[in-house]
This record gives sequence, structure tokens and C-alpha cells, in this order.
Amino acid sequence: MIRVFVEGVGMIGPGLSSWKESREILAGRQAYAGGELPRLLASRLPAAERRRSTAVTRLAIDVAEQALPPDVNAGDIATVFTSSGGEVEIIHRIFEELATVERQISPTQFHNSVHNAASGYWSIATGSRQASTSLSCFDDSFAMGLLETAGQAFVEDTKVLLVAYDFPPLDPILRARPLLAPFAVSLLLASERSEHSRGELTIGLDTANAGDIGHMDDAGLEALRAGNPAARSLPLLAALARSEPAELSYGQARVGLKPCA
Amino acid sequence: MQPLIISAFTLTNCLGRGLNATSAALREQRSGLRHCDFPGTELDTYIGRIDGIENEPVSGRLSDYDCRNNRLARIGLEQDGFVQAVESARRRYGPERIAVILGTSTSGILETESAYRRRNPETGALPPDFRYRQTQNTFSVGDFTRRYLDLQGPASVVSTACSSSSKVFASAARLIQTGLCDAAVVGGVDSLCFTTLYGFTALELVSSTPCRPADADRNGISIGEAAGFALLEKPERGTGDIALLGYGESTDAYHMSSPHPDGLGAAEAMNKAMQRAGIDPGAIDYINLHGTATKANDAAEDKAVSGIFGAAVPCSSIKGWTGHTLGAAGIVNVIVGCLSIRENFVPRSLNTERVDPEIASWIATEELRRPVRTVLCNAFGFGGNNASLVLGKRS
Repeated sequence: MIRVFVEGVGMIGPGLSSWKESREILAGRQAYAGGELPRLLASRLPAAERRRSTAVTRLAIDVAEQALPPDVNAGDIATVFTSSGGEVEIIHRIFEELATVERQISPTQFHNSVHNAASGYWSIATGSRQASTSLSCFDDSFAMGLLETAGQAFVEDTKVLLVAYDFPPLDPILRARPLLAPFAVSLLLASERSEHSRGELTIGLDTANAGDIGHMDDAGLEALRAGNPAARSLPLLAALARSEPAELSYGQARVGLKPCA
Repeated sequence: MQPLIISAFTLTNCLGRGLNATSAALREQRSGLRHCDFPGTELDTYIGRIDGIENEPVSGRLSDYDCRNNRLARIGLEQDGFVQAVESARRRYGPERIAVILGTSTSGILETESAYRRRNPETGALPPDFRYRQTQNTFSVGDFTRRYLDLQGPASVVSTACSSSSKVFASAARLIQTGLCDAAVVGGVDSLCFTTLYGFTALELVSSTPCRPADADRNGISIGEAAGFALLEKPERGTGDIALLGYGESTDAYHMSSPHPDGLGAAEAMNKAMQRAGIDPGAIDYINLHGTATKANDAAEDKAVSGIFGAAVPCSSIKGWTGHTLGAAGIVNVIVGCLSIRENFVPRSLNTERVDPEIASWIATEELRRPVRTVLCNAFGFGGNNASLVLGKRS
């Protein structure tokens, strides 16, 4: 059994600009009206890198930022990025270019297409030389990212930042992978409790695959949860927003949350 | 860290299928690189292509997963009794206690590249036989491998460009240490496709000759493909002579596609790996370099290596034999490291005719027959993502 503490939370989605500003919606105390994705600033990136970065990368960087308490230095924090599709926009453009006679890919396009682009830009933005990994696990990307992050924090007795993010692919891939909307979540996990601790997470594995247990009461949020791999985190975020205990299931993973009073 | 036994391992690359093919080529001083004949491409470069993949589709219950990357995964899994070793582990531990953690950078995107050439001219739609989840999605090879091996533990794919299949060892070591798993199938599969062939060409990082790691006249990489797998178990229950002793991970915080010029991230990864293994630099017998044969990589890696080891430890890159297998580069180095320990030799840096005078480390330009107990394996990727592993004889 892994036991860690949630030290910070971030979230970005349509009409959900941040964890702080969306807490009432997540807690079910305010209706979710949907809306636009907030403007993605990635203000921490140097200007040249920001110009070259994709919307997917800026989404990941903005949500990562939200989970860091002010007294935590990003340069000290190992990171786990997880995304089913990664840099969907760039990958589409490369496929289009490769279907032409010229096959002229731009160098920037190519290095931006790697699955760990967001991780690389985050490292440049923060100056962090800490370990960083990038996972892809289709619809289980959030759950497997959570397991990796919590396991690393637990085993290496440290703080690790989880960043889960996905953008819907562009047409024509969208038809084969119909995601509803962009969504991203970040959790700073630590092996030890601190004054920032919002909850204690326990993670175990069961032999039975129970599927995803934990749905959102609000129809809009439930559609979002089902429509983006990163949004599978919503039931956990809702429990954190309500400061209530929860028992969740992601496939074989059993995730327990106990709020820190 | 607690060492993990590498109780089974296998490697398929352009030198052939299975460990014996790589061992034989290394003995016979034979490179697997050839002038680019990848169907549909016209590029003046050399590639490490594996013969026969085109004629061996994935059939049966997993036929939906058919694509070059998963074909290569299947071929790789079927060598050296690896499937049987996993079966035995499954009986001992239970299928839900064994994780699958694989690295890839390409996944099955060759399928999507082909699908984009066959779009419906009116609607723009991809052809109806396009299967995104089983081919293009980065997780595809992890999903396929877990199903092929009938395992039910956690499965994930690491995609950190060219360090991917080294990072999997770190993830597996941690997962086993949490107690949630008893064993892990790790490795990497990367296959030739247009995106990498034309992408690295766009970056002007591809050589028109077979790549020449650490050579004064080196001018870029040769792209290859490979599948390699290893079974990791705790020492009290695993049998085998070779163990993973330590892992080290870092990022450069410098540039997306150029390494830090002083190799700061690379040095940090190597130091962390030795620290976790509880050994000093003096204990390393061989350094299996990332050694891509680009000007920048080899110079930066040399700064990091010579900064720690001086010229005291023989080093070589395997890329002149196999090409740069990108997402599989890490596992290729690990398996060659295992062969080096098993057979007590240091493979030479093939195609290195004149070692760059700027390079200060000891580049082995001839094969060395000598006892090898401990090997350091490097893998560095885009995004400044670094991973180093220490392998050693089981003590």
C-alpha cells in the first residue's frame, strides 16, 4: 500500500480556469455551466520558448504551476507527465506534411512532437534538473500517472508533481478518438504531511478490475469525465473540494482519500 | 536500492533476432546498417532495418493490434525463451502481480502516416480500417504486450524520446519497491517510420554515411529499429547472474533538441545511478555510451563522462552496429551491457576511425576481452531527458 499526502492541486478545463476558482463547482455547490478554456499563458516560459510551444504544452505548464504552493521551489520537484495523446496538433500537422510530395517537416515541429515536449518545456521554464517522466496509458493515463507519482514520492521519500493533460485530436483522428474537450489536472504529492496537506491518499492494487467507479452527479462534469482521460480525476477532485473521504477505483487501482483536518 | 535480478532478457535489432544474433555480429565485427531502403522513402542515409517485419502480421486474437511496432514487439517477445520465462513468473507470482512497463517513441504511427495518404478526397476521413487505439496511440505497445503475455498487473508506456526504455527500469524498480508488484516486464520497441526519418533529416542530424560515434568527422545518426525486453524480479525469488543495481534520472533544463553543452544533466543521471547502486566510479568496468554520433551529443556526453571517470574506464557506443533505435535505445544498451557482463568483453565503437581529439574519455576502438562485472548504460533524449542505469554481476 502506498501512502502519500496531497500538497497542491491544479485543474484547467472548459469554464474551469483553476482549482481555486472551480472548487464550488467541483463540490457540487455551484452549477457547472461549461464555457471556454481559459487563455493558456505559460508565462513561466522564456518568450522564445513560449512562441514555439504548443497549446497542449501550455495547458500542461499552466496546470502544473497551479499545484505548487508559494514556498515550494519548482526546481526541487521531480515530475510525472501523463497524457494519452500528447502533442495531438503537431502530430496531425506532421502527418499532413508527410502525405505531400515534399515531406517538409520543420525542425521545431519535429522536436515539439515528442510525447515529453511538455516535460521538456517545464524543465526549461523552471530550471529544474530533477527526474521527469512522460507516460501514456490511453484512458488509464491519469490512474497510471497517479500510481507512478505516488509510488515515486513514497519510495524516494520526496515530493513529486503529477501533471495529467489531454487535448482532443484534430480531425480526422478525432473521429477515431472522440475526446470531448481539453482538460488537465495537477497534484503535488509528498511522502510527509505538511501544513499544505489537503488529504492523505492511499493507493493499492486489487486482483479484480472494477473499472472506473466514481461518477460526477452534474451531467456536464460527468460528460467531461467520460470525454477526456485526464478528467477521470474529477471524482477525486470533487472529494478534495468537499474535504470528504472517498474510496475510488480505477481498474485494479483502489484509491482512498482521507481529508487532512 | 535493492538490486533487481534480470532473470530473462532478449533483443532483436538489425543485427538479427535474439541474443545470439547480436553476440555473433559483435564477435564478427559486422554492422547491421544498410543504405536506406525503407519502402516509400528516398533519403541518402543508412538505417538499421529489421528484415521480414512486412511479411509477419500480428494474427489471431490480437490482430487488431497489427502494425509495424507491434509486429516487432511480437517478434522480439518470441526470442530467447522470453515468453516462457514470463509464463513461469506468471505461475509463481500470479498475472496481476507482474507489471508491464515499456518505452517507445514511435508507437505504431507508420499506420497513421499511411492512413493520411489514403484519406477520403471528399470528406477527408481516414480509411475505415484505421485503428487508432491499437496502432497509433503511444500506449498501444504496452497494451499489446500485456495481452500477448496474459498479464494483468499495471501496464504503462514511457515516452521520453530516446531515454524511454531506460526510464522503464526506474519505474519498475520503484513499483516493485512499493510492494504492489513482485516482478515487471520492461523494455522498449521502436520502429522505422517517416516521422522520425524525415524529422531527424529536418533537424540535420542524420548522417549520409553509417554513423561514426566519437569520430572526429562524425556528422549525425543512423536511425534503427529494435525490440528488447527484460524480466525483473526481487533477488530472493529471481534466478539469474545479472542485476539492475541502480538508476539515475535527470533533465537538462536547457533545450528541446540539443543537450546541455557541458553534459550537466547527463553527469547528474550517472552520479545518481552510481549513488543508488552504492558504488564509486572506480567500480565501473565499462560505459555503454548513448553515443549517437551527432557532434553535440558525443561532445556533451564526453564532458560528463570524462568529468567523472577521466580516461580510466573503456567506453563505446553501440550505434555503429545497430543505428540509433530511439525509444528502444535504452533497452539495446541494457541488453548489450548484459552480454558484456556475461561474456566478459567490451564491444568496440564501430566506425570510429579517428577519435575526436576533443574527446577526453577512453573510447574503445578495438574490442577488449577483460572481466566486466559492472556496466553503466546511458540514454539521453529530446526534452533534455536523461537516464543512466548500473548493471552488475549478482553478488
